[in-house]
Amino acid sequence: MKSPIRLLAAGLAVTALAACGSTGTQATTSPTPTETDTLTVVTHDSFVLPQELLDQFSEETGYTVTYVAPGDAGTLVNQLILTKDSPLGDVVFGIDNAMASRASREGVLADYTSAAAAGTDAQLAADQLTPVDYGDVCINADSAWFDKHDLTVPATLDDLARPEYKDLLVVSSPATSSPGLSFLLATVGAKGDGWLDYWQSLKDNGLKVVAGWTDAYYTDFSGADGKGDRPLVLSYSTSPAFTLDGDTSTTEALLDTCFRQVEYAGVIAGAQNPVGAGKFIDFLLSDEVQSVIPENMYMYPAVTDTELPADWQKFAPLSDSPIEVAPADIDANREAWISQWSEAIG
Amino acid sequence: MTRLAWRAAWVAAAAIPAAFLAVFFAWPAGALILRGFHDGATWTLAGFEAVFSSARTWRALGFTLASATATTLLCLVLGLPGAHALYRCSFPGRGFLRAAVAVPFVLPTVAVGVAFGALLRPDGLLGFLGLDGSAVSIVAAMVFFNYSVVVRTVGTMWARLDPRLAQAGTTLGAAPLRVFATVTLPALAPAVLSAASLVFLFSSSSYGIVMVLGQTRFHTIETEIWYLTTALLDLRGAAALSVTQLVIVAAALWLSGRAQSSLTRALRLQPDVAASRPLRWRRDGAALATTLAVAVLLLGLPLIGLAWRSLHRDGVLTLANYTGLASSELPGISVLGALGTSLTTALAATVVAVPLGLLVALVASRRPRRREGRRALALLEAAYLLPLGVSAVTVGFGYLITLNRPPLDLRSSIVLIPIAQAVVALPLVVRSLLPTLRAIDPRQLEAAAVLGSTPFDVLRRVELPHLARGLGLAVGFAFATSLGEFGATSFLARPDRPTLPVLVFRLFGRPGAESYGQALAASVLLAGLAGITMALAERLRPREVATW
Repeated sequence: MKSPIRLLAAGLAVTALAACGSTGTQATTSPTPTETDTLTVVTHDSFVLPQELLDQFSEETGYTVTYVAPGDAGTLVNQLILTKDSPLGDVVFGIDNAMASRASREGVLADYTSAAAAGTDAQLAADQLTPVDYGDVCINADSAWFDKHDLTVPATLDDLARPEYKDLLVVSSPATSSPGLSFLLATVGAKGDGWLDYWQSLKDNGLKVVAGWTDAYYTDFSGADGKGDRPLVLSYSTSPAFTLDGDTSTTEALLDTCFRQVEYAGVIAGAQNPVGAGKFIDFLLSDEVQSVIPENMYMYPAVTDTELPADWQKFAPLSDSPIEVAPADIDANREAWISQWSEAIG
Repeated sequence: MTRLAWRAAWVAAAAIPAAFLAVFFAWPAGALILRGFHDGATWTLAGFEAVFSSARTWRALGFTLASATATTLLCLVLGLPGAHALYRCSFPGRGFLRAAVAVPFVLPTVAVGVAFGALLRPDGLLGFLGLDGSAVSIVAAMVFFNYSVVVRTVGTMWARLDPRLAQAGTTLGAAPLRVFATVTLPALAPAVLSAASLVFLFSSSSYGIVMVLGQTRFHTIETEIWYLTTALLDLRGAAALSVTQLVIVAAALWLSGRAQSSLTRALRLQPDVAASRPLRWRRDGAALATTLAVAVLLLGLPLIGLAWRSLHRDGVLTLANYTGLASSELPGISVLGALGTSLTTALAATVVAVPLGLLVALVASRRPRRREGRRALALLEAAYLLPLGVSAVTVGFGYLITLNRPPLDLRSSIVLIPIAQAVVALPLVVRSLLPTLRAIDPRQLEAAAVLGSTPFDVLRRVELPHLARGLGLAVGFAFATSLGEFGATSFLARPDRPTLPVLVFRLFGRPGAESYGQALAASVLLAGLAGITMALAERLRPREVATW
């Protein structure tokens, strides 16, 4: 902030320009890939990688890399759509499968899929996008609490609505949190048109809805640091790896209640440096990055033969049969489902 | 200089902050709102129809007005005794208490949400009150955040009221309460109204508290704008609500502005009188007791709860969360780095906001003879408060679609963060300076002029020394607000250089006891910084100001 005066002067100049009208400056993007010496990476606010790795990428490619994170995963695509005519950057990481088909339909992505994507599970593939990591959003149970109260840990979505589990579940809202939206999709996948009735039965069974994952897990859940009063919480299948007591975990994920979240990277349409954008996606799929994804982003690496941390192999199993919803269905109904949910439950 | 030249100079002085707000607030917010009404081809008002035919909107509207009104009234009822006790009496520990009550103002909402939530849930310390997820808990948290606004704004004014008027009243046999109602309160009225309008604005645009404590049952216009924009990308609905919010805010400002202008009178301000007024139990006991009760029960409990939890990991009392802050035990997360970013950006924001605020306050405190002049100034003053009442999500999305082309392609520039913070801090700077400037006795200014001082001399010798008094407070508020700002900052954050509140938010979003513990410790660190800032602002201001 060396010169606020100069900024102000620039500001004044711009107001004058804006007054003259902003038409006539439409950029014509050439189809041939170009390379510049800067690269802007657009991501969500949970993006974390060790600084050494990021520095290494920048040294190897010679790019000056800027990272921007204008919001959470849920709003990332919306922001890309809003800024379509003046892209936020060159490459995006963090579009998830709930928004993937919207992103390609709205034309915010260029055609690029990394060659390294061959090493990823074919089920994770999506148009114009490269899968980088994935994880399961599942109901978690405080096993110790259930032991103490001599109650069987519930297993299925239907169990959660049974009277013996009254007042035990806390979830985060689909309208305001990304795990919440995943759980909504899980109920749609499992119950079809009856999903809202299912939510009503949960509500009648004393369901508590809070705004975000943090509030649910740390304030209301009994198995975490907050020592809340509810032993069932919406979280991730990897969460039990973080509640270790010696060589066992005090919590467990209910693997029949899971929705699989996949995080993708893609080249942004109209990028200044599409060549660099591609290189960044390749970098995300490199062994170095893939192997540190669990500790940094708490997701499973998308490249299948990447080695997992020891605790994860024991305590963070993935669901064998995550509940699925077709991406096109999600794209067509996402807002309607959220609105219906908000009117009836939230 | 001629009179005309002076007038031109004042207009120029007003133009600089006006240009700043136009570029960094009005244009971005306006552009986004406009998108809701113009879909590239035609104009539409469909957003209004859709939004206002939903029962949810009306509930949100009602709750916004009700909770903001309740918060404002409670803040006044609790804050006036606080202003008396902390600014009119001298007792050991006063400085500490003054700084301490300002701490909540800058805390990250997510940390406060966790602290309040833990206190109020059924098995929490205050669980027996049955307030978990209730409207009362939201209002309590809003009062928690805004109490210091009333205490400070009213207190700094009260500390310098000429005590002789009240003494005269007492000598003439009036009861203390009567003296307060007929002499003191009218003199304080402009400061009280100023504080009230700030609290109303803050609470009516409160997002985080309502989200966390409302447990999705309560909505305000602000949370609805957030929801429509970020979850549904329904720009039409969001634009319609933004306009509604603007109307409410403008109405509140207009009312408070009108009331203030009819109540403002020139006061004979004194150097701080509190120092020479030792505590007298009969006179000050009730106010002090109220203040202590608020400080301990309403402000202290959540803060102590937060600090207490930050000293635990896995249920064991430990300093690990704090030692972890320094050693960065989490990969890719550097709390010390974030601390550095926060301090630098807050400093930069203060450097931008305080001079601009000074200009606005000086211009707005002119006393034009003609009515149009006075109107124009009232309008100017209100315009600078608008940023407080407009949704952060509107401004944030606005930045993304406006400041996106050379020469002002700032979206990924680090300088936009202090600028956004300055936009938020500017109104506070103006509001903490204006009451003092307005209260300068015009006779003093006239006397100086008659004695041959040029307008510039009057400014330099009379007005600026008065301003210096409020300046410490203004700098403190600007710095502390920028330190704690999250809404606009979160849109502009760079993952490689997060500010402390952004980092706290991010840590809270990561699983594992380490992240959680560090998030708590970082919140406490932020609270401590805010406290130190306010205490320093209190200390650094000039001891004695030359008066007549």
